Amino acid sequence: MSGRVLVGVKRVIDYAVKIRVKPDNSSVVTDGVKHSMNPFCEIAVEEAVKMKEKKLIKEVVAVSCGPQQAQETIRTALAMGADRGIHVEVTGKDYETLGPLQISKIMAALAKKEEAQLIILGKQAIDDDCNQTGQMTAALLDWPQGTFASEVSLEGDKIKVVREVDGGLETIKINVPAVITADLRLNTPRYATLPNIMKAKKKKIANMKPADLGVDITSRLEVLRVDEPPQRQAGVKVETVEDLVSKLKEAGLV
Amino acid sequence: MAALFKARKALAVCLAGCRSLSQLAELPETHQLLRQTCRDFADRELAPIAARLDKEHSYPAKQIQELGAMGVMAMEVPEELGGAGMDYLAYSLAMEEISRGCASTGVVVSVNNSLYIGPILKNGTEEQKTQWITPFTTGEKVGCFALSEPGNGSDAGAASTVARQDGDEWVLNGTKAWITNSWDASATVVFATTDKKLKHKGISAFLIPMPHPGLSLGKKEDKLGIRASSTANIILEDCRVPLDNMLGPRGAGFKIAMQTLDSGRIGIAAQALGIAQASLDCAADYAHKRTAFGSPIGKLQAIQIKLADMAVAIESARLLTWKAALLRDSKKPFTKEAAMAKLAASEAATFCSHQAIQILGGMGYVSDMPAERHYRDARITEIYEGTSEIQRLVIAGQLLKEYQS
Repeated sequence: MSGRVLVGVKRVIDYAVKIRVKPDNSSVVTDGVKHSMNPFCEIAVEEAVKMKEKKLIKEVVAVSCGPQQAQETIRTALAMGADRGIHVEVTGKDYETLGPLQISKIMAALAKKEEAQLIILGKQAIDDDCNQTGQMTAALLDWPQGTFASEVSLEGDKIKVVREVDGGLETIKINVPAVITADLRLNTPRYATLPNIMKAKKKKIANMKPADLGVDITSRLEVLRVDEPPQRQAGVKVETVEDLVSKLKEAGLV
Repeated sequence: MAALFKARKALAVCLAGCRSLSQLAELPETHQLLRQTCRDFADRELAPIAARLDKEHSYPAKQIQELGAMGVMAMEVPEELGGAGMDYLAYSLAMEEISRGCASTGVVVSVNNSLYIGPILKNGTEEQKTQWITPFTTGEKVGCFALSEPGNGSDAGAASTVARQDGDEWVLNGTKAWITNSWDASATVVFATTDKKLKHKGISAFLIPMPHPGLSLGKKEDKLGIRASSTANIILEDCRVPLDNMLGPRGAGFKIAMQTLDSGRIGIAAQALGIAQASLDCAADYAHKRTAFGSPIGKLQAIQIKLADMAVAIESARLLTWKAALLRDSKKPFTKEAAMAKLAASEAATFCSHQAIQILGGMGYVSDMPAERHYRDARITEIYEGTSEIQRLVIAGQLLKEYQS
């Protein structure tokens, strides 16, 4: 297999930031908050770049959907070693309602347009935790999927994927073209090197809109309300095991 | 039409090469990305281990290698020689972010970049650059800079280390003091008197590998701060090196040292900024969380005024540092601005770390919080690479020249 890999990269609120809900409970505060590349997307980029370094694939194309700032996320992917970027511009209300269904339609359209042989995505984004985009993309393209990948290797014209599942590890072999979603232990993403940061400036980022790909991004979902998790209640300390058992019985838990 | 295109292209090239003051307001995209990368590295790899490195006085070898792989250990060095090929503004940004995570790691990076590689890059022959710079770009080897002696620090012209020619070798004798990186270095730039009668014009620069016969190290100093970097004497006893190991022309040593320190000051200013910023981060975070008299202490004016003063000190020093870097990148004179940056930033570091302890109260005095380490790390920035007093003399000297009628 010696083709093109599409890697989806999502701009999310940085994992270290304390999330706050807007006073009107419509969504979380994003203005002025530090954003970075979704950690699972970093792992996806790293895997694609490693494949290219091993000469298993020829080109890595980083894709991001969103407003102007999504270009920063693409630049980070370019600095990690992706060859070029595609920025699908979505702004305002459309961006707020953008979800896995629309993204997977965009990815599917791009995969066909770019004649990609492989799509690598993070298993989920740390803001919405949907874990749906990879699966939906594969379904729309009628491609096999290797999700929660902790190990990916090419064997001839097939891909062997070791998947992290609840019961342990599952190994599958799928045909190319395929969709893979990256799990935590797939690799350790590299820090961009300074020369690569300089080179990233010269790499091309193509701009387009969902309409250019014939994709309708109207949302079928309406967010009613966003709430903070309930405040953690103080516990109760007991002196003896007997006290503990009687308290549990009182609460109807035993 | 063609002429118009050419003119527009020429203008674009000109603007791109022009280091303008607008960069002080908003950094170019590459520099923003670089800054973010260094910050991520500092947050994830340096900050979590900084306290342990300080406590154990242990050199961060693994982290220095990782920084080398990123290109941070040789930022100004052209790519052909193994460096990152970036400018001094980029170097200042990287230094601040690294030092914010760990000030000791910051000084190791700074000495390698500015004090060791700097003079060789500027004054070395092509063979010297390949031999003495390229292996020092990866983080596997670091260098050091030996100017100060037990008998003279600020009085650099009085170098009593001597070098005499003996056939096809230079023989060096003397002792150098306070050499950062000494115990971890694989080479040093050493300044020694070759012609005593010429006073400071009789000092020359030499390159010596480490270890080397005739070169030995004194005990590791037990310092107040930046403890993960080693500081010791370098003792030269009939230390012999080939004639080719002279760096630059004979007698140019003092000039090389001063030029090197001019640039080094920008790196140390950035290090001080990192320490100051880390102190502010610590204090501001505490001000949100700590409650007293019924509210978070950030609501009290006494605390607010301190935080404001700290922020102003840092931001003004930062702008001075960036300006000095931009001037140097434009190949304009920058001696005065570099001295101003180092003075402002080091005094900001000591001020901010002092106030951070004050804001944290008792918690600032114990090692559970990083404030006490920042206080100890900050202190040296007012001393090395030119004391605050020397900086003032440099600034005044430049200033008075400007007013000469």
